[in-house]
Amino acid sequence: MDTVADKKPQLTRKDFQSDQEVRWCPGCGDYSILAQVQKVMPELNIPRENVVFVSGIGCSSRFPYYMNTYGFHSIHGRAPAIATGLKTTRPDLQVWVVTGDGDALSIGGNHFIHTLRKNVDVKILLFNNRIYGLTKGQYSPTSELGKKAKSTPYGSIDAPFNPLHLGLGAGASFVARSIDVEPQHLQMVIHRMAQHKGSAFVEIFQNCNVFNDGAFFDVTDKPVKDDMQLRLEHGKPLIFGKAKNKGIRLNGFKMETVTLGQNGITEKDILVWDEKAEPSLAFLLAELTPPDFPAPIGVFRAVDRPVHHELELSQRTAVKKMRGEGDLEKLLNSGDTWQVT
Amino acid sequence: MQVNAATAEKPELKPKEREELETVTIRFCGDSGDGMQLTGMEFTRASAIAGNDLQTFPDYPAEIRAPAGTLPGVSGFQIQFSHWPVYTPGDQPDVLVAMNPAALKTNLSDLPLGGMLVLNTGAFTEPNLAKAGYKSNPLSDGSLSKYRLHAVDISKLTALALEGTGLSTKEVARAKNMFALGLMLWMYNRPTEPTFRFLRTKFASKADIAAGNEKALKAGYNYGETTEVFAHTYEVKQAAITPGRYRNVSGNEALAMGFIAATKLSGLRGFLGSYPITPASDILHELSRHKNFDFATFQAEDEIAAVNSAIGAAFGGCLGITSSSGPGVALKQEAIGLAVMTELPVIVCNIQRGGPSTGLPTKTEQADLLQALYGRNGECPVPVIAASSPSDCFEVALEAARIAIRYMTPVFLLSDGYIANGQEPWRIPDVQSLKPIPVHFRTDPSNYFVYDRDPTSLARAWVKPGTPGLEHRIGGLEKDFLTGAVSYDPANHEKMVRIRAEKVARVAQDYPPLKVNGDPDGGEVLVVGWGSTFGAITQAVSQLRGKGRSVSSVHLRYLNPLHRDLGAVLKRFKKVVVPELNLGQLVKILRATYLVDAQGINKVQGKPFKVSELVARISEFH
Repeated sequence: MDTVADKKPQLTRKDFQSDQEVRWCPGCGDYSILAQVQKVMPELNIPRENVVFVSGIGCSSRFPYYMNTYGFHSIHGRAPAIATGLKTTRPDLQVWVVTGDGDALSIGGNHFIHTLRKNVDVKILLFNNRIYGLTKGQYSPTSELGKKAKSTPYGSIDAPFNPLHLGLGAGASFVARSIDVEPQHLQMVIHRMAQHKGSAFVEIFQNCNVFNDGAFFDVTDKPVKDDMQLRLEHGKPLIFGKAKNKGIRLNGFKMETVTLGQNGITEKDILVWDEKAEPSLAFLLAELTPPDFPAPIGVFRAVDRPVHHELELSQRTAVKKMRGEGDLEKLLNSGDTWQVT
Repeated sequence: MQVNAATAEKPELKPKEREELETVTIRFCGDSGDGMQLTGMEFTRASAIAGNDLQTFPDYPAEIRAPAGTLPGVSGFQIQFSHWPVYTPGDQPDVLVAMNPAALKTNLSDLPLGGMLVLNTGAFTEPNLAKAGYKSNPLSDGSLSKYRLHAVDISKLTALALEGTGLSTKEVARAKNMFALGLMLWMYNRPTEPTFRFLRTKFASKADIAAGNEKALKAGYNYGETTEVFAHTYEVKQAAITPGRYRNVSGNEALAMGFIAATKLSGLRGFLGSYPITPASDILHELSRHKNFDFATFQAEDEIAAVNSAIGAAFGGCLGITSSSGPGVALKQEAIGLAVMTELPVIVCNIQRGGPSTGLPTKTEQADLLQALYGRNGECPVPVIAASSPSDCFEVALEAARIAIRYMTPVFLLSDGYIANGQEPWRIPDVQSLKPIPVHFRTDPSNYFVYDRDPTSLARAWVKPGTPGLEHRIGGLEKDFLTGAVSYDPANHEKMVRIRAEKVARVAQDYPPLKVNGDPDGGEVLVVGWGSTFGAITQAVSQLRGKGRSVSSVHLRYLNPLHRDLGAVLKRFKKVVVPELNLGQLVKILRATYLVDAQGINKVQGKPFKVSELVARISEFH
């Protein structure tokens, strides 16, 4: 049967651009992320009106204004909670959350972990620039120890969060990482998130060129990136490097870098990536950071787990089966009643 | 006819004298493990079925289970039932049933001299007396001589009645509340069958326990009938009650049913986002049971998530509700501001309790009115309505939904611990008679602007995500008065602030006329109340009028915006008096709004007003 959607002309990237002027600082990594999302959206074949972007507060949270979909720019840290109420009652919608390291991991940390725990079917794009941009340069929960920022002139004394660890620890069914300046990779991850059933969370390395320029240059700079990015592909060995001759080997409870062809190392020694493996393996992998290791990017974990709104529906259906459709008259008259004449 | 052996063997009994009473107040009290709430509820059920008007007030400790026998562990339940209309659970008990020394110690001061005292002597052991702080046994030291004391070893009599049932000592001990209940049911000539029915349902899978409890109840009933201890039974005749079908209802139950009714009447799906908090949790519990009404309940990770999830549901086209108490509401306020800004229909229930901070979680207070009115940043008006009694909660829930939907605004619904847990008989409304709640979702994409407004209500159109051609963005930043684009324009901001204020002010255009109880044309004293003080004020005013005093009252369901007639009504009286369970919140509003010299009558003890107390204090003004 032909549906209305089938007859609609194919949407393009332009259809997802709103009439609002994009107002991030020139050179901000957010521009690229917006462009990749707008590029992927038409490829998902979801009617534009069924897509909702919800955000909190921060530079990244202006995102919904620039998307010509339904959008909700809410309050600091609360986007996952709003998205949960929306998705629970409107499972027909595809709900995205746009957030930052301060919004999701500091003021909104509780909502972030609980949304992942419950496997609410929302897609969380976390722009991590390791700084507070909108409030002009305070250290964030992902800033490195010793970070000098406006509120830490002598250096931060707080250990940072690893967003991937937090997501994995919360039981997220989909955890990924990508980079603002790796458009192809980012598009691939966005596609995977859209296809995933349940919570999907990606940490996006995003450069704030005004308050924390170069936070990820050790991973993203052209001269070093082949050696400093480890691209995860399900079922493939963890090989990287310009010459594709380096790999990651599991040695006891530790990951280590080895070179193919040295000390008798062959491809067989290299860990083959399995995004459905025990989360502890993804946890170990997420610990790898420059300069000693390349930064892994890609899908760390993608597993099927009962989805929040589906459980809600099946429970509701079961209750209806057991008790019948809700009858207001019966409800009001339940319990002991008596007639006064 | 076959002669029943049991009846045949019964000694010939002199029929006991039956004394007629108009109104009786009984308080059951005991250790929190003694089942006093259940005893009270069952006595309530029986009294309702006996045709009395009634009100109840459970009073239980904040501790889950304080050490047995101690003063903090005492739990009580008071019921007033009458041949006349009843508006409160009674100022003081006529009868005090105390199951242990601690209960006697904490409650005796409320029993007037000459009042009836029923004590479970079996619990007056040395250790229990010591735990209650008694230096000598009040049963024998003469300190109870001014009361009509009935000393009954309920513990032992229950144990004897349940001998041979195979129940454990613990189970037998637990059944002693049923003995006490049976005795009181006998004394006031109430039916036992409703409780038997209840026991059989409650212990459906434990028939021996159901039978044991039933037996204990019968033993208590028969004890009254057969022993010489009690010379009288009492009769409280049926009240003249509006005909109809009735049930008992607590405020929280009525709210939950009201919200379900609101979804049926509006055709919207209901969504409750809530976080457990005393005394509001029962709303979450009750609504969670009714998933067959397509009502979604979400126990959120915190209060903030609870209200935000309700806002998300409202954005999606549902009736969003969140329920809490003062401390939780404090956490929700930023999000309520977001709902004001984005103009989404969300109901925020505050079941008030004693504050500030954690305060008195299980006790009642009305000290969150100013929080509801002004507790947010910016110029942030929210309609505020308050329930006046347990059954009024049903109506108020419907009204909150009507206002929220018609005006596209969050609405504060205030109740408190007193009416949330208190019960009264409720005439069940005919579902057909309930007014539909109109809802309109815009689907026409032509000429759509986010903040285009209905000329009468000033509400913006509600648009469900999923509607083609109406994709739009809303948010907490100030927006252009028409297009909804982010706007920092100074004049536009003032315009939007004023429009939001005017929209909320227009809610008053739909109010029914303000009712003056007493002299609508004016007089000496006008008592202005709001919320759960309705019963005590009404009864106090009626007593004063009975004595020929020129005292009238108005009760405000609508606290923001205030009734358009209120200013004129206030000016018709020489004195305006405002009783509140706070240090004077509504009175401030009335003074500021109408420049009247309104005076407060204030109490903050975690307890409702007594009628006598109000009579005395209102009399000071006239």
